[in-house]
Amino acid sequence: MRKRPKSGDSFGVLAEFRDSDHLLEAIETCKQAGYRHMEAYTPLPVHEVWEALGHESHLPKLVLAGGITGAVVGFGMQYFASVVHYPLNVGGRPLNSWPSFVVITFEMTILFAALTAVFGMLLLNGLPRPHHPVFDVAEFELASRNRFFLLIPWYDPIYERDHASRLFERHEPLSLNEVFHP
Amino acid sequence: MPQTGKHSGERVIAPGHDLATITDKITSIVLKRETPRGWYLGLAVCLVFCAMLLTSVVKLLAEGTGIWGVNIPVGWGFAIINFVWWIGIGHAGTLISAILLLFRQEWRTSINRFAEAMTIFAVMCAGIFPLLHVGRPWLAYWLLPYPNTMALWPQFRSPLLWDVFAVSTYATVSLLFWYVGLIPDFATLRDRARSKPFKIAYGMLSLGWRGAARHWERYETAYLLLAGLATPLVVSVHTVVSLDFAVGIIPGWHATIMPPYFVAGAIYSGFAMVMTLAIPLRVVFGLQDFITMRHLQNMAKIILATGLIVAYGYLMEAFFAWYSANPYEGAMMKGRMTGPYGWAYWLLILCNGLTPQLLWLKRVRTSTLALFGICLVVNVGMWLERFVIVVTSLSRDFLPSSWHHYAGTRWDWMLYLGTIGLFGALVFLFIRFLPMISIFEMRTLVPHGDETAEEAG
Repeated sequence: MRKRPKSGDSFGVLAEFRDSDHLLEAIETCKQAGYRHMEAYTPLPVHEVWEALGHESHLPKLVLAGGITGAVVGFGMQYFASVVHYPLNVGGRPLNSWPSFVVITFEMTILFAALTAVFGMLLLNGLPRPHHPVFDVAEFELASRNRFFLLIPWYDPIYERDHASRLFERHEPLSLNEVFHP
Repeated sequence: MPQTGKHSGERVIAPGHDLATITDKITSIVLKRETPRGWYLGLAVCLVFCAMLLTSVVKLLAEGTGIWGVNIPVGWGFAIINFVWWIGIGHAGTLISAILLLFRQEWRTSINRFAEAMTIFAVMCAGIFPLLHVGRPWLAYWLLPYPNTMALWPQFRSPLLWDVFAVSTYATVSLLFWYVGLIPDFATLRDRARSKPFKIAYGMLSLGWRGAARHWERYETAYLLLAGLATPLVVSVHTVVSLDFAVGIIPGWHATIMPPYFVAGAIYSGFAMVMTLAIPLRVVFGLQDFITMRHLQNMAKIILATGLIVAYGYLMEAFFAWYSANPYEGAMMKGRMTGPYGWAYWLLILCNGLTPQLLWLKRVRTSTLALFGICLVVNVGMWLERFVIVVTSLSRDFLPSSWHHYAGTRWDWMLYLGTIGLFGALVFLFIRFLPMISIFEMRTLVPHGDETAEEAG
């Protein structure tokens, strides 16, 4: 276990590439060199990049669970109100008049699933997080324009600054920066 | 290089654009470009109408719904007409952003952002009407199921309550969808903004988005799931709105055709409103590269298709009134066509049945002026449709002794025009402070790289 980083310690090495092909080649090289904890930053979603980084999202399962919860809560609320808590006899019709509960059950399913999708995505992504060490690199503001970045962070077990920089240099980075802990 | 942005037909994005030019062009509208003088003028006019809205709301709260034209038997009037009209307009935004996304219609990308914004603003305007129409808006929370000392529950078997759930879910999901779509663009604006307050504001709104690949993956999953959830939702919303009518036993309302006919009408009016906004915006802000003739033509075709469904609905209403041999249905239809509101019915047929047929002609579909005119006519037509449905059925009750002629009072009109002003003001603020075209989605239409960096690197 590495010691807890102090302010000013190395956070990682950040390289800037001109397109996603250069980025993908660099990821491949770093993987072969044994790095496991890389992070790429791209101005648009690029499937090949997260496939190369080997990441799989659990979000769909969460959203399914959210939807089912919404359905159960939606129907349960109406059943409880109409059958248990405030039974209202309308011309002898059944108290559990489920067809008229369908709409609200449906709406609650959608509502819960949508809230889970959005807040689950933010939570799993660790957002909101207003500051991150990579923001200190001046070139990084192009990550939201047209450049592709790759970071090898300090918590990778074999992280070594000079070694990582040498790997990156093989792929003609437009810039190469060390990132520091704030 | 992948050339995903091009099609055999016309382009969805003009040639010569790359990641950098797209980013710069769209962000410059918000950050760099001088505000056109027309913007101030337009906003000022809209704010005058907002003041009118406020005045009529204050007057209403002080005196009650008696200042409106509604009275038994016409208990619904303008409040419901305008509610349904606004909700319908909102539907195109969700349709463009969700359904066309799932069908991988790339051309949607440059129009989805402001169509979604339009949805949210339209739902806000729509919400005002039922809220005021309940008579005591400060007790509107009684519509929600909440634990209360009266041990009462709302009536879950009533379509009016279904509407509360459908519309509030729709508003929430539309807002979430819009905001999630904006997060990466807020990050772009944060990185481009040069003035400190804007940097901080956009930075907060971006939630610290940094475009990490892992984040993008979850982001895209969430975005697609939201689209998948919004698609049945949008169909359900106008269906539930139509059930407000169809579940009642009023002649002209109690028909199974209401849900599909309402949903088609919603899409029809919504696309007309998108075009009404898109055509002037692309000229004023020079966005012809991104909102091309192909977009306008495609939207015109959707208006034509849904317009035909709506026209089929009108035809079937008349057919069933005759075929059902129900004397009340027959009398209602006769009254609708030849009674005191006959002018509204035939104007509606002119606006919604005949005018959109011009869109069969390519010459009309490629003329922005003609399209703009047709869209305005469609918006009027859809308002008339709701007027005809609500008023003709109610004003001639089952008992001729209770028949009553309905007309909106000046407060009705002020409130209605006031919401148009509110809608306009929100649109003006939106185009000035937020990117009206989704930047990160536009980036996916061009090659993934920076070709100008060849010499720099």
